[in-house]
Amino acid sequence: MKRAIFLLPLVLFLGIAAFLYRGLFLDPAELPSALIGKPFPAFSLPAVEQPERTLGVADLQGRPALVNVWATWCVSCKVEHPVLNELARRGVNIVGVNYKDDNASALKWLKEFHNPYQLNIRDEQGSLGLDLGVYGAPETFLIDRHGIIRHKFVGVIDERVWREQLAARYQELLDE
Amino acid sequence: MRALIRAALLGLALSMTAHAAIDTYEFKSDAERERYRGLIEELRCPKCQNQNIADSDAPIAMDLRREIYRMLGEGQSDEQIVDYLVARYGDFVRYKPPLDARTMLLWYGPAGLLAIGFGVLAMILVRRRRSVATSASNTLSPAERERLATLLDKKDP
Repeated sequence: MKRAIFLLPLVLFLGIAAFLYRGLFLDPAELPSALIGKPFPAFSLPAVEQPERTLGVADLQGRPALVNVWATWCVSCKVEHPVLNELARRGVNIVGVNYKDDNASALKWLKEFHNPYQLNIRDEQGSLGLDLGVYGAPETFLIDRHGIIRHKFVGVIDERVWREQLAARYQELLDE
Repeated sequence: MRALIRAALLGLALSMTAHAAIDTYEFKSDAERERYRGLIEELRCPKCQNQNIADSDAPIAMDLRREIYRMLGEGQSDEQIVDYLVARYGDFVRYKPPLDARTMLLWYGPAGLLAIGFGVLAMILVRRRRSVATSASNTLSPAERERLATLLDKKDP
């Protein structure tokens, strides 16, 4: 029993070391979203391609979707764009949120680089982005057919991210 | 020369305390301005971590400052404003995390460790005092004293 007490500092040290070691591999830029499990925030915004059309939450319901927050000023969105095109080609339902952008540049971008979005919400003031807790594009939300946010990914989606983190989740939502 | 250096140092010190971001918001009263200052200093910028939204120049910090200004103008309470941001960005945006089951360790951990330290210290002190007390009562019996004397005599002729 007395011996055991002398081991205590070692045990404490190992415990703390384990925590700190794990900390080395955590990405502090990755914030857990406060919105997981919550419904997609209500909005009423025009579509990027059809200014006269007003989109709302109801337009997102019915089938699972990848809601991708993008902008033409966002450099890494350009890197992500071809991947989204490929996903759209494979039949993934992608909805865009054009975040704090100039609509003319957005239209030009979609024309030049191909349009992977089924719908594109024009959030010029960033109000929807704020409600979504967006802090840097690109950010992507996975929503289910009832419009509930199920997952959030911050950063550029590439083939690997899709394969390892998103594909299975999206499939799960389709199968629900 | 010395005055010049002093002035330069003063300027440097002042520039370090000055806030990076400058907005031109008009407030109804000084109290409201104070609340605004308090809020933006206590809320953390989600993009540029380790900066509050008062100091950050990131567009998101600018948006949040504008939003806070708007909500203050609408007469919302500090609590409502903080809750509004926490609902969107999570507890991360608060430099002062709320006290709940998950943050117990954070709030009470250091005090707990200190208490454990004092506990160990007290234990050691009590034990030491006890051993001193027992050794004091363990004085030599007359027979032992005699034997000690002979032993010492032998060694030291």
